Amino acid sequence: MAAVTQAPAPPAPAAPRQKPPRKRGRLTPYWLLLPGILWLVVFFALPMIYQASTSVQTGSLEEGYKVTWHFVTYWDALSEYWPQFVRSVLYAASATILCLLLGYPLAYLLAFRAGRWRNLLLVLVIAPFFTSFLIRTLAWKTILADGGPLVGALNALHVLDVTSWLGWTSGDRVLATPLAVVCGLTYNFLPFMILPLYTSLERIDPRLHEAAGDLYAKPVTTFRKVTFPLSMPGVVSGTLLTFIPAAGDYVNADLLGSTDTRMVGNVIQTQFLRILDYPTAAALSFILMAAILAMVTVYIRRSGTEDLV
Amino acid sequence: MAFVNWLKRHLVVIAGLLTLGYLLLPNIVVTVFSFNKPKGRFNYQWQEFSTDAWKDPCGVADMCGSLGLSLQIALWATLGATALGTMIAFALVRYRFRARGTINSLIFLPMAMPEVVMAASLLTLFLNMGAQLGFWTILIAHIMFCLSFVVVAVKARVMSMDPRLEQAAQDLYAGPFQTFVRVTLPIAAPGIAAGALLAFALSFDDFIITNFNAGSTVTFPMFVWGAAQRGTPVQINVIGTAMSIIAVLFVVAGMVISNRRARQKA
Repeated sequence: MAAVTQAPAPPAPAAPRQKPPRKRGRLTPYWLLLPGILWLVVFFALPMIYQASTSVQTGSLEEGYKVTWHFVTYWDALSEYWPQFVRSVLYAASATILCLLLGYPLAYLLAFRAGRWRNLLLVLVIAPFFTSFLIRTLAWKTILADGGPLVGALNALHVLDVTSWLGWTSGDRVLATPLAVVCGLTYNFLPFMILPLYTSLERIDPRLHEAAGDLYAKPVTTFRKVTFPLSMPGVVSGTLLTFIPAAGDYVNADLLGSTDTRMVGNVIQTQFLRILDYPTAAALSFILMAAILAMVTVYIRRSGTEDLV
Repeated sequence: MAFVNWLKRHLVVIAGLLTLGYLLLPNIVVTVFSFNKPKGRFNYQWQEFSTDAWKDPCGVADMCGSLGLSLQIALWATLGATALGTMIAFALVRYRFRARGTINSLIFLPMAMPEVVMAASLLTLFLNMGAQLGFWTILIAHIMFCLSFVVVAVKARVMSMDPRLEQAAQDLYAGPFQTFVRVTLPIAAPGIAAGALLAFALSFDDFIITNFNAGSTVTFPMFVWGAAQRGTPVQINVIGTAMSIIAVLFVVAGMVISNRRARQKA
């Protein structure tokens, strides 16, 4: 995440890293940490425990719920909603790959080719962020509308025949199909891919490119052997930052999809807010959390906790 | 052949600009459709040009009220998250203490967790406590998820600070408080401002967590969500367009100021 917000600040000139001696203040860090960390413990960590407990409760809204270690809820939830889980992973993975393919050229352009246009282009990448994402997602309804210019063009070029055959679209519609949902997910999380990629590309010394050229590497070879490996930190954090929110999203599936494109987020939302089946919703949410935590743990094993924040 | 060579050389630029187009297309549609005069309840199809919505932006029942509420929540959430986050950032950079890894993870996880999970678990907490869902539960949730982003922004800035500046202040007989207010805080200010701006944007635009924890309170994103089911007034596009114009003005002003500062230093 660090890569998203941190402006590439030049490191301080090699100053002696010793700290001024502090007589009092052994407790100072704890006082500084206390309110914020307490907030996170009470309103982030504790709710996770409550959720875990809710997932093994049985009962009803009228009679109240009791912890009965009813683990069957997990089994029931998985066997009923596995298609939504699979769909979430598939859609999120497709969106992440698309984000990488679309985002890399733009990040590269920003880092190496933009020159004096760089700041303007950066503003244009960040600017959409400031219009409510729901309004922007609704705009895709207009863009992908049935019989609209885009769908008409795709139809004329017989692209939709191919995508229908693959099961991504149905008939001559794009809206309310998997393609529309993936398109919306890609659009919504693209900046989360571009910014970490940009920060890691921007740190690459351009002289490395010259050196590769001097050693008779073709541009493609330079990219494969020098640029891409050096941008790996950006690729990894961009992938995480795109995949995780995309896997939990339900807004795109709801606004641009149909009942056949429901993702696990939709199920959690409906169970929690409409059907009021709290144990099932909590179990589903817990499974999603566990899957994400496993991914993040692998990531932390590779890069340590200091790089996280 | 010359064209093919040109294409080869500029392939990255063309692909990058196409992606930028993909990113900006919805904003263009939002702006154009703020001048639409739709026939039915939904504003998805172009009918005819009209400036009606711009002349009467609050003409839709409850919309401007929800907008005001969102601004209010975003303001308080920004204040809370910036204060708590800045303190954590200073502690992380300036001090050694125990349980550092645990604290780092605790700050990172809210950024890595899907919003649905945080939203659902927070709701179970509030339900268990019997809390009344509304303004306060929304505010609590917003401070929680904005906090980590502030920590990241402030930490980056404080880390790149030269510790010798503070030592110099102390050599010149500034007390710890004076050093902090006159030296440390001004240097850290851009990081704190960036964190605050990010917190404001995140809070103002949040839908998923708010939707779970708002009860019957309606923020602006929740109004838009409701409108997507019932019928979308053109005024939504007016607000969306105005928001992006204001945001771009802010960003450009910030850049001009920082450029001028950089030139003064040089």
